[in-house]
Amino acid sequence: MATFSAIKILPHYPTITARSISDNIKPSSPFLSTPSLSFPLSSSSSSSKPLRSPRPLLASSSDVLSSKKPLSSNSSPSNPVVTREESLELYEDMVLGRAFEDMCAQMYYRGKMFGFVHLYNGQEAVSTGFIKLLSTADSVVSTYRDHVHSLSKGVPAREVMAELFGKATGCCRGQGGSMHMFSAPHNVLGGFAFIGEGIPVATGAAFSAKYRHEVLKESGPDGLDVTLAFFGDGTCNNGQFFECLNMAQLWKLPIVFVVENNLWAIGMSHLRATSDPEIWKKGPPFGMPGVHVDGMDVLKVREVAKEAIARARRGEGPTLVECETYRFRGHSLADPDELRKPDEKARYAARDPITALKKYILQHNLASESELKTIEKRIDEVIEEAVEFADASPPPPRSQLLENVFADPKGFGIGPDGKYRCEDPKFTQGTAQV
Amino acid sequence: MAAALQMAALVSSLSNLITSGKSRPGSLIRSPAGRKGGILVVRSDGRISGGFSASPRGGNLIANAVAAKAEAPASSTPSKSGHELLLFEALREGLEEEMDRDPRVCVMGEDVGHYGGSYKVTKGLATKYGDLRVLDTPIAENSFTGMGIGAAMMGLRPVVEGMNMGFLLLAFNQISNNCGMLHYTSGGQFKIPIVIRGPGGVGRQLGAEHSQRLESYFQSIPGLQMVACSTPYNAKGLMKAAIRSENPVVLFEHVLLYNLKERIPDEEYVLCLEEAEMVRPGEHVTILTYSRMRYHVMQAAKTLVNKGYDPEVIDIRSLKPFDLYTIGNSIKKTHRVLIVEECMRTGGIGASLRSAIIDNFWDYLDAPIMCLSSQDVPTPYAGTLEDWTVVQPPQIVAAVEQLCQ
Repeated sequence: MATFSAIKILPHYPTITARSISDNIKPSSPFLSTPSLSFPLSSSSSSSKPLRSPRPLLASSSDVLSSKKPLSSNSSPSNPVVTREESLELYEDMVLGRAFEDMCAQMYYRGKMFGFVHLYNGQEAVSTGFIKLLSTADSVVSTYRDHVHSLSKGVPAREVMAELFGKATGCCRGQGGSMHMFSAPHNVLGGFAFIGEGIPVATGAAFSAKYRHEVLKESGPDGLDVTLAFFGDGTCNNGQFFECLNMAQLWKLPIVFVVENNLWAIGMSHLRATSDPEIWKKGPPFGMPGVHVDGMDVLKVREVAKEAIARARRGEGPTLVECETYRFRGHSLADPDELRKPDEKARYAARDPITALKKYILQHNLASESELKTIEKRIDEVIEEAVEFADASPPPPRSQLLENVFADPKGFGIGPDGKYRCEDPKFTQGTAQV
Repeated sequence: MAAALQMAALVSSLSNLITSGKSRPGSLIRSPAGRKGGILVVRSDGRISGGFSASPRGGNLIANAVAAKAEAPASSTPSKSGHELLLFEALREGLEEEMDRDPRVCVMGEDVGHYGGSYKVTKGLATKYGDLRVLDTPIAENSFTGMGIGAAMMGLRPVVEGMNMGFLLLAFNQISNNCGMLHYTSGGQFKIPIVIRGPGGVGRQLGAEHSQRLESYFQSIPGLQMVACSTPYNAKGLMKAAIRSENPVVLFEHVLLYNLKERIPDEEYVLCLEEAEMVRPGEHVTILTYSRMRYHVMQAAKTLVNKGYDPEVIDIRSLKPFDLYTIGNSIKKTHRVLIVEECMRTGGIGASLRSAIIDNFWDYLDAPIMCLSSQDVPTPYAGTLEDWTVVQPPQIVAAVEQLCQ
């Protein structure tokens, strides 16, 4: 395998839908030496390194759907790759995500929510494309950019909004906030503020699925429960990422590592931070397939996701999926977003996943314009209702402060009077001292 | 009664470990196991009016510890004589019993499986339970601790071993952010019934990095419970209690204590995580200690008794939260406190304990609280230097003499 000292994607990139990447990468950094080391073009679509395990056809599945234009690809108007119901489900979910995030921005600037709020605008195709394939028993682990993952997984918009407003009716009783969305009924395992720290948790959830199957002999009828770990390009330089790729492949855990590569980690360009920016390539060195997919195209994401999730469910182990995507807003609502160039933003805005899916639906006659408008209107109502609910909900009372510190409040210890502190009826009004 | 007095005298002159097990008057039943099927629930208590502790453990275990106080020890006879084992074997026994009892209990760590654990705590378990239940992990502390946390959230009960406690510094991200806090930030939706255990403390010339005491670093993490075992008896009991607890528990073992031998009961027993242990009742001074320093204290106690002092020695066992009842009762009696710990002086367990005592028992103190801790020094390799970083029995004797002037 040739080694690279430069990051240069050649324009002819036969096997991967990296067309957009090649547009973006310019060898402008002084750290890049002269490019042009040829990429070893192998006939297989995965990396050039020979591997023991059979290479699945994952990478080439995105070939099938790849084309010059973001959508429409190989399907003709009479052969859409999704059914009508599926397409409407996808559309509704993406519109929900977008509308919710836009409302978050509004509410933030009106002083209803505080702190760090990270919005997902532009990346909806990844969340919808993956999560809509999951069942309730499957788990999702995310980062601080977790509102839309929670919504896609089924957490009601009103609970997420109430959580953002810091109300007691929020999904985490107001104790988590924007960056810590959890939902036990929907198996949303967070919501993590430090990047990378959710990946081991996701690996643990996948481990528990395997454990349940092999040790406890409890398995679902369809196979192992799958865990999806979502994280960004910046995380892929973090130790926990690599450590978990190793462990997941070692034990063939039912997990899919989904990289939402939006090219920017706050103000750090992915290219300035990463020696080899092609993240999907980091799968095969650990023995798992690495796939790159156009993350602005929900149908392509869905096709790749189907295969990756099915692999995991069958017990064949993890997959690393790199979704090339983009966030239309800044890193957070506090980010002035000055470093990204307007032409880059414009290029991606033209590939808005919602607009693209709408076009696809109409082109393939899966639904009419008015039906889509109805969906949008319904979503608007859902969001309005969510805001009203959150507004009307009470903030958490003082007595809630000490609840949930310990699952077993005996952990607060024994007081001088010989009784457990938590047995004192005024305990929750007091201070947390141990 | 005479027999008990004799026993008590024996207790104070032996450097063996004796724990008194009695019920606490008027207390709630703490262990969920209660009296089912031969399980002993053993508590440690403060004092009773006679000025001595009634039943040294091991010889006269009270089968029904939940009953009211002061059962005459002569009236209860042990059903079996117990069995002798080493501390690491006691840990293993506790772990094995819990793994038998609940199939969701699993072990993860480096070399816990085929190697049997670097201190043999998990020896034989992988053969018995399989490679998934006793998981040999790669060397990635942060990630496998996080993996344990994720598994715990989904219903398993992992026991994560740090080969040396110091290695868990690499897992600090997961222990602090996720282990301690996830139950709270999720609004109570996810429990983390994980046990994180491993040997720490100053060993025999292991060098600075293998001689760390992490209890002081972890103590501020909200949502975490910390216990330190010091005898085979409490090691097994605390291991079982930690596994059964719904809270995340860090169980601190000590490298030098693994080969302690003791006779422990044959019956199943679980100790209380939040309670301290009365090691030696006394009148003149309360000495609070834990883990290995307990033995230095007991050695000093021999000298002190010969010099005419009567120290009360309490192994606090629960480093977080503190058992303020046992500690308080002792202070109310003796009015003098000496804390002996292996932690660093700065920000150690002793520092927190001191301030907790001042908050709660200031009026009962006749003298300032003395705290003997390790020097704020990276543990040197040279044996002489290493000995000077840790508290030694002559220092303890001198401190008691100073306190009791």
